[in-house]
Amino acid sequence: MVYDAVRCVLPGEEFRGNADKSIPSDYFSAMLPGSAVKAEPVPDQLPENGGERKRKKKMRDRNPIPQIKDIHEIRAQFPLLAASGLVYLDNSATTQKPECVLKAMEDYYRNYNANPFRGLYSISEQATEAYEDARRSVSDFIHAADPSEIIFTRNATESLNLAAYSLGELLLKPGDEILVSIAEHHSNMLPWRLAAKRHGATVRYLEPDEEGLFSAETLENALCPKVKIAAVTHMSNIFGRVNDLKTFAEICHENGTLLAADGAQSVPHIPVDVQDLGVDFLAFSGHKMLGPMGIGVLYGKRELLTRMPPFLSGGEMIDMVTRDRIVYADIPHKFEAGTVNAADAVGLAEAVRFMENLGFDAMQEREEALTRRALEGMKAIRGVRVIGSGKARDHHGILTFVVEGVHPHDVAAIMDSEGIAVRAGHHCAQPLHAFLGIPSTTRASIMFYNTEEEIDRFLEVLSSVRRRMGYGG
Amino acid sequence: MADNSTFYREIVIDHNMHPIHKRGLPDANLVLEGVNPSCGDDIILQLKVEDGIIRDGAYTGDGCAISQASADIMLDMIIGKPVEEAKRLSALFLKMIRSGVTEAELEELEEAAALQDIAHMPSRVKCAVLGWHTMDEMLEE
Repeated sequence: MVYDAVRCVLPGEEFRGNADKSIPSDYFSAMLPGSAVKAEPVPDQLPENGGERKRKKKMRDRNPIPQIKDIHEIRAQFPLLAASGLVYLDNSATTQKPECVLKAMEDYYRNYNANPFRGLYSISEQATEAYEDARRSVSDFIHAADPSEIIFTRNATESLNLAAYSLGELLLKPGDEILVSIAEHHSNMLPWRLAAKRHGATVRYLEPDEEGLFSAETLENALCPKVKIAAVTHMSNIFGRVNDLKTFAEICHENGTLLAADGAQSVPHIPVDVQDLGVDFLAFSGHKMLGPMGIGVLYGKRELLTRMPPFLSGGEMIDMVTRDRIVYADIPHKFEAGTVNAADAVGLAEAVRFMENLGFDAMQEREEALTRRALEGMKAIRGVRVIGSGKARDHHGILTFVVEGVHPHDVAAIMDSEGIAVRAGHHCAQPLHAFLGIPSTTRASIMFYNTEEEIDRFLEVLSSVRRRMGYGG
Repeated sequence: MADNSTFYREIVIDHNMHPIHKRGLPDANLVLEGVNPSCGDDIILQLKVEDGIIRDGAYTGDGCAISQASADIMLDMIIGKPVEEAKRLSALFLKMIRSGVTEAELEELEEAAALQDIAHMPSRVKCAVLGWHTMDEMLEE
């Protein structure tokens, strides 16, 4: 491997970011449709890349995962689902973990745990290799142009804090504006608000229609030359609706605006191609896609990440430090200060392999069928209203609802008493609830490993909630 | 499956659906809003206190059945009682939920005893104690 513990700094190899608060004028033109200009070619940092691929393929062959023909075979691979009999419908909060993910992490700690990038001995190099392998897996999964565009963080929240902090430092000036959709999870709203406050910029909100749809026209109308950044979710954690980020990115870029997207709900449920979407940043969490808690990802375009100053500073993010000079490491390491989370990265890579083996076609087909079953059933229950679109395919497994006259916490407690896990509250989207005029909601969220029987059980209990709370008895 | 719906007893359901003290109290001399920001429970407690006696009380607000019923039950218990007695009952209620009480103490808590199982559901404890906490704060001042 090429990861030496101490890297030499060649003369003139300084951090390329600078204090010039602007994006080069050709940055946006390079991204406009029809433009022949592409992002700069990425030097091949890993000469033995081909060997890596082969090794990865071999690992995959050793762990064949059955397709979703037999759902019970799939569920058997999730120890918690297999053991508990729990009807788990809180998958938007976090998913359960398959055995292979748990094993991969255990294998890391049992057999090759060492501080990556640091040790000049074999297991440290093995740990480094596994960590960088994980980065390549994630990079391939979302079709990034290069693995160096994948920054490992703790979770989507940290990813968005990184993006907001560093991008704010790079380009925000007093009087600038940041456009944030009102449907954002607090994690893609508060970091931008704080960045705006630090730099004397202001935040404006983009509002959806009542079905949770953000139209291209709304975005176009909201943009003006002052808007430097737009923060929009790829898939709402309340509506389940997917925003047309490809169109949004084109509109934003024509206006000289960068687009930062929250992919925490989309990456686990629909195929995501960041190059096709054209987003400048995409954040997501490992634990919502069968991976462990404590590992998240920020995808960022190489050109931007290279120019952005670091977020956290300290160990392993530098090339050289003297008394009065710092030369930062190249991306991604510039943004990964301190000992990295190798074990969880390995777990996430295994989760990605699990999902790739099942295939999005199969997962989506199941999730949509289950969503349809649930939505149609819910529509038939008196006093239950589902938030957002009336069409199952717009929900991607996320069904947020209100039960007339019954507080969501009471709904969730009744569900819990019947062994059904759902979420209740504001789901970290208070401004959206205020916009909708609903104090709080209950949310059932579906994963491919859920079953028709589970949906039916959920519907049966849901239909009894109002009666149990003293209505219409 | 553990039946943790035991706190949705008839007493709680009934106080939530048909509250006795959910109304305005124009001649209240103590008014305080209690909020659980994380779940949106919100009550405005109003008391009329004269000569150290709680002459009357009422509440308005929104929230889950536990928070609303608990406030209603509390008012039932404290109206007409001396301030010191209300404080003592409040301490007893909190003790019931935090560490448990004796049979005799449970008797004293009357209908509020229906909420003792809330202790098994830590996320709901703040709903049950909202009214009591709000009253404690009011009577401190």
